[in-house]
Amino acid sequence: MSNITVNSLVRKFGPVTAVDGISFNVEPGEVFGFLGPNGAGKSTTISILCTLLAPTSGTASVGGFDCVRDADAVRRSIGIIFQDPTLDNGLTAYENLLFHAYLYGLDRTKAKKRIDDALSLVGLDGRKNELVRKFSGGMKRRLEIARGILNYPKVLFMDEPTIGLDPQTRNLIWEFIAELKKNTGITVFMTTHYLEEAEFCDRIAIIDLGRIIVSGTPGELKAGLQGDTLKLSAADPKGLEAEIREKFGMEPKVTDGGITLTVKQGDEILPALIRGLSTKIIAVSMTSPTLNDVFLSLTGKNIREEGSDPYGPMRSYARKNHGGH
Amino acid sequence: MANIAHEMKAIYVISYRELRKFIREKSRIMGTMARPILWLFVVGGGMSRLVRPVGGINYIQFIFPGMIGMTILFASIFSAISIVWDREFGFLKEILVAPISRFSVVVGKAMAGTSISMLQVLILLIFVPVLGIKINALQFLLLLISSGMLAFSLTCFGILVASRMSSYEGFNIIMNFLVMPMFFLSGAMYPVKLMPPVLREIAYANPLTYGVDGLKNILLAGASGTTMGPEYPAIVDFAVVAGFLAVTAVLSNLSFRRAA
Ligand SMILES: Nc1ncnc2c1ncn2[C@@H]1O[C@H](COP(=O)(O)OP(=O)(O)OP(=O)(O)O)[C@@H](O)[C@H]1O
Ligand SMILES: [Mg+2]
Repeated sequence: MSNITVNSLVRKFGPVTAVDGISFNVEPGEVFGFLGPNGAGKSTTISILCTLLAPTSGTASVGGFDCVRDADAVRRSIGIIFQDPTLDNGLTAYENLLFHAYLYGLDRTKAKKRIDDALSLVGLDGRKNELVRKFSGGMKRRLEIARGILNYPKVLFMDEPTIGLDPQTRNLIWEFIAELKKNTGITVFMTTHYLEEAEFCDRIAIIDLGRIIVSGTPGELKAGLQGDTLKLSAADPKGLEAEIREKFGMEPKVTDGGITLTVKQGDEILPALIRGLSTKIIAVSMTSPTLNDVFLSLTGKNIREEGSDPYGPMRSYARKNHGGH
Repeated sequence: MANIAHEMKAIYVISYRELRKFIREKSRIMGTMARPILWLFVVGGGMSRLVRPVGGINYIQFIFPGMIGMTILFASIFSAISIVWDREFGFLKEILVAPISRFSVVVGKAMAGTSISMLQVLILLIFVPVLGIKINALQFLLLLISSGMLAFSLTCFGILVASRMSSYEGFNIIMNFLVMPMFFLSGAMYPVKLMPPVLREIAYANPLTYGVDGLKNILLAGASGTTMGPEYPAIVDFAVVAGFLAVTAVLSNLSFRRAA
């Protein structure tokens, strides 16, 4: 039996359809990843699965319990790390975890033991009695992960668990999840923007505008692609596109400052292209398929187009107004 | 009944959290205690020179029950408003996703407000002998019970309000248009029966009036029948506060459930 079952799930917020009829299953012991850009509906799906939000239509169940009718049973079987911080900064690390343990009905001795275990798992045993206010962002995230597993959940939800963390801490968290999976057989449902992270998952679903576009193992999704991706930058992308279409009979996509082309044998086609084209080419690159390419080929946009660079708009503003310093 | 034990544990830890934070922040204790003490000695002390004692009660003694009422009012509402903080800082999600009933969350919050209020009331009661008010053990007990009921009902009232607030911006509105009028129109500083008619009608509709009057019945019993003394029989005060408690207890639960 699947640990998470979602059927034709829909959630609307007024005119906005955040989740638009998605269906998927997650098997016990699987690490399942939801990959999608900002506003795709990832957090909304998690809110429904962890019973904080009612679906507009469709059904969802976790651990065999219906998320609406049997919310209490669902709550007892899950752990969750929310996208935004949910710690009490005015309490110590220990007090935050004790609070959690009591909410989940653990008794004092059991709670204390598990808190010590969880804190040393995430490497915070030395900071047990410090106020969370004094923690760094990465320490807070690790504490939230420790809290999420304190009640030994069957299913662990993690909404962008590594966002804003340095690569070292991200790796630490990934090792931790792998370890947890090996030792406890826990089911993990996680969301991410980071394509590299999606590769750690057993299976992923790519979601955009509330719909699942494709799902499978990372390998399957990449195998579904035509092959290598060629990127050619040019001052006149439109002209370049027209020329390639005309001379080579291929269908390039115009992107920012150039074109992309997916071909079977990139290493042979690339030299032929460069020899045959008269449009001035500024730069070329070739990449073997990544999950971003999967996303790009299915939606026509990069997964990191928005949200990955919070200063992007400001930078272009600065450029416009200060003559390009 | 593992389930009831579980809910009790949740109620305990929800109220423990806030009491712990209150005690940890020494400046907050000083701040909240400074208010009634300043009022008592600056306003009360000053006015005592203008207002002659009536029925053996001077003005500073007259406002003492009102200062207890004020302390409970502020402490309770402040504590309940923490729901809005919790929502803003995300912590409310941690509570809402836990396998406990919404009822226990409200009871835990109400107990938190009640215990923080009672802690401050106990500190204020140090002034009973200082002000020359004499009470016996039974009166002391009654004082604790009345204060506790008032604190519980006002915290529930605060939860009712806080459940409807979506952000902290509404806080000033609540303070200026609800809490301050409730305080001034409660007979804490000035006898209700001497107020101008319109304000008097409002004061009659204010549950805090009966809470403060109940405290006057215990602390200023000697002045009964005079302008400085309690205005209603103790049983009336008790009945109104008990009714207020019942109504706010139910409404706070309904409102929190809807908001959560
Ligand atoms: N409480 C809400 N009220 C109104 N609209 C909402 C609410 N929550 C989400 N939405 C809308 O639903 C859509 C999906 O939001 P959601 O938070 O699920 O996206 P996401 O995939 O988690 O994005 P991100 O990567 O930015 O976290 C967005 O358009 C968002 O504006
Ligand atoms: Mg999200």
